[in-house]
Amino acid sequence: MSRFMIGRRGTAVLAGVTTAALALSACGVASTSSGGSAGELTLWTHNAGNPAELGVVNQIVADYNASQSKYTVKLQAFPQESYNDAVVAAATAKKLPCVLDADAPTVPNWAYAGYLTPLDLPQDLVSKQLKSTLGNYQGKLYSIGMYDAALGLFARKSALEAAGVRIATVDNPWTAQEFADALAKIKADGKYQYAFDLGTGDSGTEWWTYGYSPFLQSFGGDLIDRNGYKTAGGVLNGDAALKWATWFQGLVKNGYTPAKSSTDAFADFVNGKSAMVWSGIWHSGNLSKLGADGIVMPPPDFGNGPKIGGGSWQWAVSSTCGEKAAAMDYITFSLNKKYLAEMAEKQNVIPATEEAAAMVDGWQPGGAKRFFLDESAKYATIRPPTPGYPFLTTTFAKAAQDIIAGGDPKKILDQAVSDIDADLKANNHYGF
Amino acid sequence: MATITTTRDGVPRAASQPTRGRPGRGFGTIGGYLGRTILALFFAFPIIFMFVSSLKPDDQIFADLSSLRAFLPVGDISMDNYKDVFDTVPAWRFLANSIGISVLTVVLGILVNSLAAFALSRMRWRGRGFVLAAIIATLVVPFETFALPLLWWANKLPWLVMQNGQPMWTFGWLDSYQVQIIPFIANAFSIYLYYSYFSTIPKGLDEAARIDGASWFRIYRSIVMPLSGPATATVAILTFLPAWNQFLWPLMAVQSENLRPVMVGVQYFFQLDVAWGAMMAYASLITIPVLALFLSFQRAFIGSIASSGVKG
Repeated sequence: MSRFMIGRRGTAVLAGVTTAALALSACGVASTSSGGSAGELTLWTHNAGNPAELGVVNQIVADYNASQSKYTVKLQAFPQESYNDAVVAAATAKKLPCVLDADAPTVPNWAYAGYLTPLDLPQDLVSKQLKSTLGNYQGKLYSIGMYDAALGLFARKSALEAAGVRIATVDNPWTAQEFADALAKIKADGKYQYAFDLGTGDSGTEWWTYGYSPFLQSFGGDLIDRNGYKTAGGVLNGDAALKWATWFQGLVKNGYTPAKSSTDAFADFVNGKSAMVWSGIWHSGNLSKLGADGIVMPPPDFGNGPKIGGGSWQWAVSSTCGEKAAAMDYITFSLNKKYLAEMAEKQNVIPATEEAAAMVDGWQPGGAKRFFLDESAKYATIRPPTPGYPFLTTTFAKAAQDIIAGGDPKKILDQAVSDIDADLKANNHYGF
Repeated sequence: MATITTTRDGVPRAASQPTRGRPGRGFGTIGGYLGRTILALFFAFPIIFMFVSSLKPDDQIFADLSSLRAFLPVGDISMDNYKDVFDTVPAWRFLANSIGISVLTVVLGILVNSLAAFALSRMRWRGRGFVLAAIIATLVVPFETFALPLLWWANKLPWLVMQNGQPMWTFGWLDSYQVQIIPFIANAFSIYLYYSYFSTIPKGLDEAARIDGASWFRIYRSIVMPLSGPATATVAILTFLPAWNQFLWPLMAVQSENLRPVMVGVQYFFQLDVAWGAMMAYASLITIPVLALFLSFQRAFIGSIASSGVKG
């Protein structure tokens, strides 16, 4: 029909568009590559919104850029909660930066996926680091951290004294029985709504694994059989795991801990709602609000020694980086003890080396903050270094949530093992 | 046959359609108003809590949670959290980005989607039914399922830039404003909404205009669109909200901080030691434009929803 025929005016428009398209096609092509343009090293970090840590990284980048003229490091900061998603999306688009930081347990997965390249750093530098700051996978070093974090049993000294229980120390932690007695006595005292807040209000998967799997390990269980990394059977649903699950659920059943904590269990602890709270070094600054009444202790020993999770954020180099030597050079530069010390001071984290610890007030032997370094050195357990960790952590978190909610521990753990083993099988045991 | 008239709010209505009378006596009673007030407060509580908490320190927010104080600006009130917001997040930049992205998406969306709906609703052409069905079918596909393919494509698409005074093609839209706008201009729901609304406007108006020599575009511009104010208001709001609330896509497609929208900024506060007061202050800041938009368009919005029977 005539109304759909192209008239003279339409022909002119079409001709104009075609000419423009042809003219544009004659334009050159600008190229970009992963990791930045020539002479530029892109660096991604997870600490947008965290001025303390970001400030130190910014300082290191500025110092490095001033120290040489061949490369310019360009920093891009992302918020921690969405950092992993941004990295995976960038990997999909082949737009990974040269240098990036990674949360320790995700490193094997990213190495297995081909995102990361092994680090080639001076051995004398690596050997000084705390073991938990090294991200090894299949015998190769893929990441290295400036610090580590640690968990602790934060408590009110007055509550323990009123209950007549002793204060645990790194060298003399509570036994399972002592912990049980402490909970019962504090509850009987009736001063606090809860004797112990586990912090179950955090719905983030990793907290459930980072926070609670060390208890499982202390009972003698684990997320996966580390002898081969081919099954979770026996370790996540064996007798020890069942004992852990029963104890874990009992904390709620006995009224010691809320089934679902508020969104900020530490604030509740400070406000006097609970006598003890399970939390991390990142809250040690808030502990000072309680003055001398605020103390921190190691976790109890449930039979296999006290355990806490090891491994925090660490630096890595992407496999697509066009300037790997420069990236290694930057990481070496950033691990200078003065930066490790500055990070420990500003961010309130465990310095990665003793040399750095000696430079910061409170971290020297006998210092006020030394507890976390000693605890970490003695009790930190690296989360399973397997590419299957993302599935492990999701599955464990779901199982732990179901147990807390009152489900049958044996059924829940058997199901978790079945799911994990199916994932391992579907992925050829991730190369193990 | 019923005569079509246009009401003051622009909604076409059959002349024989009875107008709504005064509310019944029951609704006028004190009980009715009391019920509505309680309902209104119930829905307003989260927003009141957000604004009030934005003025309190973190510890007080949690201490007040178990009482009505949580909804009252009492205790240690200050604007410190708002100061912290600007220390933590480039809030003005994020707000400007979101306003620009959302407004452009809305304006271009209204143009493109109304034109598409006009072609589907008013013009007769082969395959029209199939195209409409295909567009509606896309409504059942959640964004998450095609986010990665879209990312892959966005990374391949060409874009013209000027380098050293010369036009150059670059490939890949990632880390740009256009990647946050262009993929969301065409919207099946908006097309369907316009299509439904256009269908209520008598075609006799088109025919009369055609007889007078008006082009299709003239009919669209001078007759159909001016009569579709409520639909446009609805589309504007329903396009603005998801554009303003974009989180997953900018997280995947944008790396530079200076290009990020407001929702990504929320995550800046989710540190291990969460700054709840500052987060509430930031949430209050980014809620104000949305509230202002809704309040400006609420009459037309409700009118369009009521007339088209569409649930937003």
